[in-house]
Amino acid sequence: MHLFAILFLVFLLATISVAALVPKWQRAIAPFSLATSATVFFWMIAFLIKDAAPQEISFPLGIPSIGMHFGLDGLSAFFLMILGLSGTVVSIYALSYFPHEKEPGRILPFFPAFIGAMMLVPLARDAFTFLLAWEAMSILSWALVMAHHKEHGTQHAGYVYLLMASFGTFCLIGAFALLTAASGGLSFSAMQGAKLSFGTASAVLVLALAGAGSKAGIVPLHVWLPLAHPAAPSPVSALMSGVMTKVAIYGFLRIAFGLLGASIWQWGALVLVIGAITAVLGVLQAMLQNDLKKLLAYSTVENVGLIFVGIGLSMTFHASGMEMAATLAMTAALLHAFNHSLFKSLLFLGAGRVLAATGTRDLDKLGGLMRGMPLTAWTFLIGAMAISALPPLNGFVSEWLLLQSLLMGPALPQALMKILLPITIVSVALAAALAAATFIKAFGITFLGRARSPEAAAAKEFKSPETTAMFLLAGLCILIGIIPQAVLSLISPAVSHMTGATIQHFAVSNLLFLVPKAAGSVSYSGIILLLLLGLGGVAAFALLRILASNKTRISPIWDCGTPDNDTLAQYTAGSFAQPIRRGIAAPLFDVREMVDMPPPSDMGTAHFHLHMQDLIWNRMYAPISPFILGLADRLNKMQHRPTRHYLMFMFTTLIILLAGIVLWK
Amino acid sequence: MEISILSITLKTLLQVLQAFLVLAVAPLLTGWVRMVKARMLGRTAPSLFQPWRDIFRLLRKETIVAPSASRLFTMAPTIIFVTTWIAASLVPTVMVKLPLAPVADIIALIGLLGLSRFFLVLAGLDIGTSFGGLGASREAFISSLAEPAMMLVIFALATLAGSTDLPTIATYMAGSGGMRLSLLFAFIAFLMVAVAENARIPVDNPTTHLELTMVHEAMILEYSGHHLALIELAAALKLLLYIGLAACLFLPWGMALPGQAFPYGFAAWGAKLLLGGAALAALETGRAKMRVFRVPEFLGGALLLAFIGLLLAGV
Repeated sequence: MHLFAILFLVFLLATISVAALVPKWQRAIAPFSLATSATVFFWMIAFLIKDAAPQEISFPLGIPSIGMHFGLDGLSAFFLMILGLSGTVVSIYALSYFPHEKEPGRILPFFPAFIGAMMLVPLARDAFTFLLAWEAMSILSWALVMAHHKEHGTQHAGYVYLLMASFGTFCLIGAFALLTAASGGLSFSAMQGAKLSFGTASAVLVLALAGAGSKAGIVPLHVWLPLAHPAAPSPVSALMSGVMTKVAIYGFLRIAFGLLGASIWQWGALVLVIGAITAVLGVLQAMLQNDLKKLLAYSTVENVGLIFVGIGLSMTFHASGMEMAATLAMTAALLHAFNHSLFKSLLFLGAGRVLAATGTRDLDKLGGLMRGMPLTAWTFLIGAMAISALPPLNGFVSEWLLLQSLLMGPALPQALMKILLPITIVSVALAAALAAATFIKAFGITFLGRARSPEAAAAKEFKSPETTAMFLLAGLCILIGIIPQAVLSLISPAVSHMTGATIQHFAVSNLLFLVPKAAGSVSYSGIILLLLLGLGGVAAFALLRILASNKTRISPIWDCGTPDNDTLAQYTAGSFAQPIRRGIAAPLFDVREMVDMPPPSDMGTAHFHLHMQDLIWNRMYAPISPFILGLADRLNKMQHRPTRHYLMFMFTTLIILLAGIVLWK
Repeated sequence: MEISILSITLKTLLQVLQAFLVLAVAPLLTGWVRMVKARMLGRTAPSLFQPWRDIFRLLRKETIVAPSASRLFTMAPTIIFVTTWIAASLVPTVMVKLPLAPVADIIALIGLLGLSRFFLVLAGLDIGTSFGGLGASREAFISSLAEPAMMLVIFALATLAGSTDLPTIATYMAGSGGMRLSLLFAFIAFLMVAVAENARIPVDNPTTHLELTMVHEAMILEYSGHHLALIELAAALKLLLYIGLAACLFLPWGMALPGQAFPYGFAAWGAKLLLGGAALAALETGRAKMRVFRVPEFLGGALLLAFIGLLLAGV
């Protein structure tokens, strides 16, 4: 009765929020969610290692005669494992973080419930339960975003998030409605067997992509994400960016592979193109940010793009009958999803500590934090290296697998793919290179250089559960980087569920080498690479000891003989990004720089104006917004009516629906 | 595969030999480029061993560190040197298949160089000077264009050879590869990327300390003593790596295939290094450095050529 016990735990997590109403019990919230998440994590690991048989269970709850269906299989278990791990680590961080919150009552009730709601999504096995859990996840995360509701921008962020979340759920309802109409049942098992025409199935796929994709942050539905994720308290930002986007990806996979069978290659091409656009635009936006948490949120958009590239590729391979390649691409996508949940949580937790220590997330007010906050700095550095896909860390492994699966693309028969593939390769490579530049900026401007404000100069840190959580995540980033085989064996039950291939087809020959058999004679070994780097380091150290003088002297900055003691003379976030802003981003963001220089001999001040706009927001969202607001105003008149009016509305609606059904038949 | 202790010892020895071979040769290659360049400019050339002498001189000097430097600043030179060294030792030189070849394919090799650059750029930002930031910012910009171009070159090669494994590509190119139009495009793109990656004219100038033109030099301005020695050594290794990579990927003739003896490979490798170095010197003498904002055009050209190469390679 695994499933029953897990459901019980998850429900407990979702309802424990009641305890937060009693001030005395508030301190128990974080330990409780820690214990529950950890239990779920280890349980899922056991489930995946055993590659246990799928389970289903239903309760006579919810819609009468249909009930609520729950289930657990490889795919669900893998995502639950991600949720459990991040839930555990973020709860450890929260142990010492929440007591500092000014209004804990605005966070504590929603925090465990949010984790619980996210865990319910992969467990749901019918449309009703799925949507219920999905909406709970959206609304609870919205409540958490609004925790610091008095801060500038939070209310706007919450508003946009609520709208986009409604749009996403609307799309998902549409997708499930089409599936239900075709299969005659709300449960997933009924939908699986449904015979859909090409048009209906494609409509379902597009709706699922829009619905789940808007939650994951695919372009152009990503606009809420960089507003909402940074506005939330940092542990919640970590959960939203690290895992909620993964739940969204799960939702898409469940519909595209589980219910539709991903049998048409054009779907894969669509997902591939959207993924590639998302990756490049996301990372370019991240590069241009001056706000540390916003930068991280945009980088989430980029990583979601990379994951969708893998998914799209896998769908194309799958539909073309290339199961080994499909398995490799899906493995890359899922591994990247897992890796991203680790390093993005790590980076957001680090940003949270910077924010708590200095009171700001504006990069231009930070700097030099490596001196006052070395623990945060080193763990953040590991996260930055991992997300920049540098060996021997985990981000490199998933990107390497993604590139290897892209390399198998030329075998695809479709002419369109022959054009799409090189473009995708350029996009992925550009995104990876820009990600490294972005995280050099994020780490370098925050932690290196000289402090740009008195707050940054005075920042201090202490060992606490927060640092423990960050060390855990950093350790996992290294561990998975050097022995990814451990995680790959956990991914294999999830992938075989979708592409039908088993572990022998792609996997791992031994513990030292990663050998994707599908990709020919190529291999990679993170552990030996790390060993070599270590040996090289020892050799270099020994040679220096023997050959070098090793006399070191502290002496003022040289700077070509003209040092400037003003810390404002340092490069800032904006000036670091300037070449990329001018050279790459200019056409996409309508960048214009205006320098207002006084004439020679005039001692007046010079001015610099930077004009930049988000064309997606201004061209796509800004024109619709007055229309929606106007519509809302009109509909507003239907509110605050006497009861008889409401009865009238209901009566009319019923008649219209009945008439519709009669006409339909 | 025989797993006798003797063969493992032999393989380890071979790999260690390769590591110290590239370490010893790299500064000589830099000296060779300077020598040819001086001759072309009609100057008296410094000795071939001058870079090694410089490195030993720097090692003997005391190291000066600014008060605002963090731990990263003092650790970075070692990391930069070690990653570049390991990467350079993994590129086949005299024979096609090195014992450690399965550890890293060409993508991992580029990743290692990325790791080295990551720390170089961070070190540039560490002291908090405007020069350091300038170099760091420009380097990040240049590399974010050079890396995609490099990746396309790799994909063009891998599409033809069927793998990103270095020995596989080299064997393919030495055998059935030969002359192809796609390879020509990829090769030119590779050379353009190599010039940019090694901070060479026309993208950057390794000998200038003029504020408007510095990129690489601006980042390492605050380094001295053994720190600087390590960074100079890493730069020399990187040049050797790229010329070696060009030789291995595009011109693998003369390299010892598995089972063949390698004295012949030695001569071929040396000749390729001399030729490559001379070609670089000729390029640097013949061209002027371009403005920083012309670099995207240069690297955009490389990207385009590599893209054409990939399309022709039959993706």
